[in-house]
Amino acid sequence: MRLIQKLGNWFDLRLQLGTPIRETAMHRVPRETASWFYVFGSAALTVFMVQLVTGMLLALIYVPSAGEAWNSLQTLNHGISLGWFIRALHGWGSNFMVAIVLIHMVQVFLFGAYKFPRELTWIVGVLLLLVTLGMAFTGQVLRFDQDAYWGLGIGASIASRVPVIGPWAVNLMLGGPIIAGATLSRFFALHVFVVPGLLIAFVGVHLLMVLKLGINEWPMPGRIVRRATYMQEYHELTQKEGVPFVPNAVWKDILFSGFILIAIAVCAIHFGPLWSGWPTGSHDYSDRTTPRLLFFVAVCFALVPAPACRDAHPADWPRHRNHCPHGAPIRRGRRGEELEAQADCRAHGSSDCGGARHPDPLG
Amino acid sequence: MSAENGMSRRAALVKLGVLLNSAVGIFLAVPIVRYLLSPVTRQKKFGYDSWLSLGALDQFPTGQTRLATYRNPLVNDWDGETGNIACWVRRVDDQTFQVFAINCAHLGCPVRWFPQSSLFMCPCHGGAYYQDGSRASGPPERGLFQYRYKIEDGKLLIKAGEMPTPGQPVANKAGGMRTCA
Repeated sequence: MRLIQKLGNWFDLRLQLGTPIRETAMHRVPRETASWFYVFGSAALTVFMVQLVTGMLLALIYVPSAGEAWNSLQTLNHGISLGWFIRALHGWGSNFMVAIVLIHMVQVFLFGAYKFPRELTWIVGVLLLLVTLGMAFTGQVLRFDQDAYWGLGIGASIASRVPVIGPWAVNLMLGGPIIAGATLSRFFALHVFVVPGLLIAFVGVHLLMVLKLGINEWPMPGRIVRRATYMQEYHELTQKEGVPFVPNAVWKDILFSGFILIAIAVCAIHFGPLWSGWPTGSHDYSDRTTPRLLFFVAVCFALVPAPACRDAHPADWPRHRNHCPHGAPIRRGRRGEELEAQADCRAHGSSDCGGARHPDPLG
Repeated sequence: MSAENGMSRRAALVKLGVLLNSAVGIFLAVPIVRYLLSPVTRQKKFGYDSWLSLGALDQFPTGQTRLATYRNPLVNDWDGETGNIACWVRRVDDQTFQVFAINCAHLGCPVRWFPQSSLFMCPCHGGAYYQDGSRASGPPERGLFQYRYKIEDGKLLIKAGEMPTPGQPVANKAGGMRTCA
């Protein structure tokens, strides 16, 4: 023990990190924040660490080439000891991270933590959500299986609809005229270098602001956030009624993070790696692209008869809302006709138009 | 310059250093930005719009719709299977064809031909198209993308090379990929 203490002192004398770490650990937080509602941010950070470690392990084997990516995943699954487990941890970690960041955002919103002086913490948090979603999408592409290929097709179709620059955005996204090797290369660079760099930078700024501005107190009815007095009130609250972050609040963070890690591991063992099972490419998809459950809901919509004016260009639909160019009315179904009749009735100032229990959905 | 004028020699040198680094930064940024935007700014090479063979005409019986494949002209050695692009070929009569892109006009998912109902269906969001490629129902706001075709030496040729997307000029203008409906 004495040797460890000597080593610690030797490093601390040179790194000068002991004091700031102790101050960070012991900083006072409002008593109510030592709550299970406040554990999602630290859990997201924990999962991010898991993603970093498992991502580095996968990069030892993965080949970012359109012709070899899928085969290298086969090697990971079947040729490397517990390669499938590392893949599964990374895939399920991604799902958990997206879910936890979303829950964290909802909690922060409901608790009013976006108010003064934490507006920028909230904005950086929103950027972190976007970057997390970016990591999930770019990571799915790296599998370069059927899901990845058609997911890219969807991304390209969405990008192409951006006004003016749409076609350029598609070429920039795909790295060429079609989904091919250049596409995988740039998504690999995004997933491994660019987006994680942004993520680490945003996490650093986010944590710094959380430490400097403090965790927001439990919202109370009637307690108004006033810019002129809030900082002083928060300081008094933490000094008089606050508790040190370690150990009073941190134990819940640690326990919850542990539960999340167990949940990820259980999903990884039970469900295995995320995988559509077939290599990428458009030429042999027919028997391999299977519709999801929601497809059957979509089919129900597909079976609804098309409007009589289907020849009209979508841009002209508002103009032809009531009548087609050649005079045939658009079929909208009985419910649609009722709603329109009610809306017309109200437009003419009548108070008894039927369906008055709800606001006019067309209004 | 002197401190009496409000700027010391060292302060002037700092400003000179900042100016020099800014100039070098801009000088380096231009090629970096150009490199990043190369898929957009480079001239469209041969291959973006080429005549490609789908095979002999007898592979496509009259009145039927068959899946065909072509090798994209602009590919690299490491592109693997992604260089093979699928499309649907409908033979109307001896000399009349329709060649549809496999991508749904809504969000690019692969449409599948169902001969039982004579419909193309999209597995993603339920888009449906009639056998002539025109929109039947669902979210697509237009018919399937069509390739231009010609018949040469008993083979069916199509003009292709670029993934069709809804916002792409070549996919919308007349004479390029024709719009159904």
